[in-house]
Amino acid sequence: MASTMLNVVGLTKRFGGLIVSEDIHLEIAAGETHAVIGPNGAGKTTLINQIQGELRADSGRIIFRGQDISRASAPHRARLGIARTYQVTSIFPEFSVITNVALARQVAAGHSFRFFRAAESDRSLTEPALETIARVGLADRASALARDLSHGERRQLELAMALAGGPRLILLDEPMAGMGGQDSARMKRLLAEIKKFCTILLVEHDMDAVFALADRVTVLVGGRNVATGSPDQIRADQGVRDAYLGHASEP
Amino acid sequence: MSLSLIVVQLLNGVQLGLMLFLMASGLTLVLGMMSFINLAHGSFYMIGAFIASSLLAWTGNFMLSLLVAVAGAGIVGLLLEIGMLRKVYQQSHLQHVLITFGLILVFNELARLIWGPFPVPLPVPALLAGSVEILPGITYPTFRLAILLVGLAVAAALYVVITHTRSGMWVRAGASDRAMAGAIGVNIELMFSLLFGMGSALAGLAGVMAGPILTVQVGIGEPILILSLVVTVIGGIGSIRGAFLAALLVGVIDTFGRILFPPAIGSMMIFLLMAVILACRPQGLFPARA
Amino acid sequence: MPKDLPAFIPGIDRRFAGIALPVIVMAALALLPWLAVRLDDPFLVRLFTRIVIFAIAAVALNFVLGFGGLASLFHASFMGIGGYVVGVLAHHDANETPLMLGPLAISGTSDLLITIPLAMVCCVLLAFITGLVCLRTSGIYFIMITLAFNQMIFYYFVALERYGGEDGLQILSPLHFGPFAAPKGAAFYYVCWGALCASLLLLRQIISSRFGIVLRAISQNERRAIALGVPALRYKIAAFAISAAVTSIAGALLATNQKFVSPADLSWIRSADLVIIVVLGGISLVWGPVIGAIAFFLAELLLSSWTIHWQLPFGILVILVGIFLKEGIISSGSPAAAWTRRRTRHG
Repeated sequence: MASTMLNVVGLTKRFGGLIVSEDIHLEIAAGETHAVIGPNGAGKTTLINQIQGELRADSGRIIFRGQDISRASAPHRARLGIARTYQVTSIFPEFSVITNVALARQVAAGHSFRFFRAAESDRSLTEPALETIARVGLADRASALARDLSHGERRQLELAMALAGGPRLILLDEPMAGMGGQDSARMKRLLAEIKKFCTILLVEHDMDAVFALADRVTVLVGGRNVATGSPDQIRADQGVRDAYLGHASEP
Repeated sequence: MSLSLIVVQLLNGVQLGLMLFLMASGLTLVLGMMSFINLAHGSFYMIGAFIASSLLAWTGNFMLSLLVAVAGAGIVGLLLEIGMLRKVYQQSHLQHVLITFGLILVFNELARLIWGPFPVPLPVPALLAGSVEILPGITYPTFRLAILLVGLAVAAALYVVITHTRSGMWVRAGASDRAMAGAIGVNIELMFSLLFGMGSALAGLAGVMAGPILTVQVGIGEPILILSLVVTVIGGIGSIRGAFLAALLVGVIDTFGRILFPPAIGSMMIFLLMAVILACRPQGLFPARA
Repeated sequence: MPKDLPAFIPGIDRRFAGIALPVIVMAALALLPWLAVRLDDPFLVRLFTRIVIFAIAAVALNFVLGFGGLASLFHASFMGIGGYVVGVLAHHDANETPLMLGPLAISGTSDLLITIPLAMVCCVLLAFITGLVCLRTSGIYFIMITLAFNQMIFYYFVALERYGGEDGLQILSPLHFGPFAAPKGAAFYYVCWGALCASLLLLRQIISSRFGIVLRAISQNERRAIALGVPALRYKIAAFAISAAVTSIAGALLATNQKFVSPADLSWIRSADLVIIVVLGGISLVWGPVIGAIAFFLAELLLSSWTIHWQLPFGILVILVGIFLKEGIISSGSPAAAWTRRRTRHG
């Protein structure tokens, strides 16, 4: 029986009068790739924010590897092994690609109240960073400044930063967003690779990617979990088709 | 502590608060709408006082001097905004600090050039000299009472304009979300220039009213600026209501703090107040921003 | 197989722009007393002592401002309190009465080997306390709150009649470094120059350390740093405290030099001056503020010898710096920076 990596129980969040998450239940097993789909405004990013800790839920619990992290701060959750990427790329523009990734690893490795050894030339940080960079296919841009990267390359960097710390769970917020055909195919291959050794919660609109990668799919509409199941089950579910798959894009 | 003392000091505190409100109202709206920190705001206070002093010496008519001084401060503000400041909004806060600090130096030195380094007279108008018996056995200077009334009147007028008129609604919209306000068709640039001018005029008014009580000389704007910033932070950036309540709070606490505690502690009171409020509500009492 | 580490990593080199230029500048500063003797102008030494002292404070400010992204208007307090610790303890030494802190009696002393570390400790504590309140805010709020707290300290010292209040406190007892009398003139200049060198080396080291990388990351993208697992507030407070410690040294040296300390050393005008010096020199380089301090005081000197109303052109200069000099004299656009960049690419 596979262990449960993430258990979200009754997660609820309101902004004033607007309910963005309503009693969400979600369970992700270790090693599973779990996709979360739904129309715009369904609360998918908000869900990720609440799991990662950037946002505190109003009620409900989040249990990570058996530990209740509902009250834990975002940095604490990150150090426990939860990594995330952002829908709008969020990197350190003035650092090189290597430094971006090495920093992610450095932070995951422990505190940084070390004042006297130079970090950017520290091989114990840069060598593993280069490995991760090579793995996401960015090796030839390793010494470039992050802000000089193309959009697709930045998405690769985001992913590298998420992987660098050796996380147990990665929350991917629309990793394919804004990508053209070639970049998109590359990202799909990358995710297929990562799938093998990491538990993933994937928010995506690209249905090809979702159905190719996901072991299970949850559908979120209006902040509520309306269906969970295997990709085929979801594809066939009439309720889901009406609410999301069948419709033209919701406002 | 006698009742008479308490009442008089309470009135003094409210009066200080109303003056701070006049200063802070312009400051907070400017901060809220353009995220522009204007350290030279105190200079308009000084300019108002100086112009009033000169006009009074020239015409002998306090009311006229007040009106010209307020208009003068407003016009200087408007010209400054149109001529220079509106071009630098997109720059960093650090640059705003430098630019407005440089303006303080320029304004102070110009004032020194025009009016000299010594205090200039701005006497209480004869009509308002003397005291009034406000409660049995308790007298209060007439001029200070006049300041209270003027301050309340302006505050009420501001409140009505901001909350009950269309322009006021646009101002509030701009203070909480500038991009959105611009998108729905509000002429942000024009509104802002007028707002800046109005804020400067109000600062000038505060300067004229305080002039007869405090001195009028180069550099009087900066201490008032600091108090106004404290009021703005406590009240919440972009909020007139917050500025009003915070100003009264600061005015009363500062006044009583100075009486009840030794000077070293008394002068720190309002900053400690600010620290306590920030610890509980980092955005201030009524932040306008979402 | 991981590739070999490339020889030129843009991240580091942009920060330090090579070693040549700062070494030249510091060497030139070291030669200044010799120049003053040649020109028979001892005033030069006094002027540059002040410049070097302010450079120390500005370099410390830039640690949090340029690298930490924290535009602090509180640093005059650190400088002023550094000076007041020296002054107050020297005052009690001259009076031969102890300083009473509640029930605690602290005997006065004019020994800078005691008072300077004590000044640093006081400022670090102050940095922790104010940092806990201020550093939870950012942007405009942070600037305004540090300004307000600075004035709180200022008004406190103005009201402190026991130590001179607004008129300030003279240091009458002879200050000394342990068994050595505090030097004057050129010898004291070299003490300050040494302190500046030490500050530059220390802060440069910290900037390139793991701590420094995290601090710089927080200033670029705090949200991202937090998501990676950085408890940002802790690092900002620590940086603030380090900056405070170095700034307090400058304040202590200034008090020693002036034999005087007053609330003017604590005012927000002083804080703003430090910010101007930092921006003038260039916030992206550790040693930028050294150039900034030289430029600032030379400009003040030139303008004040030209007209009594020098604050008018000076104010205009400050405005122009704010509008145009986003990255300081040693900016990426200037010839000096281009030269140092070329040097680094082959270094």
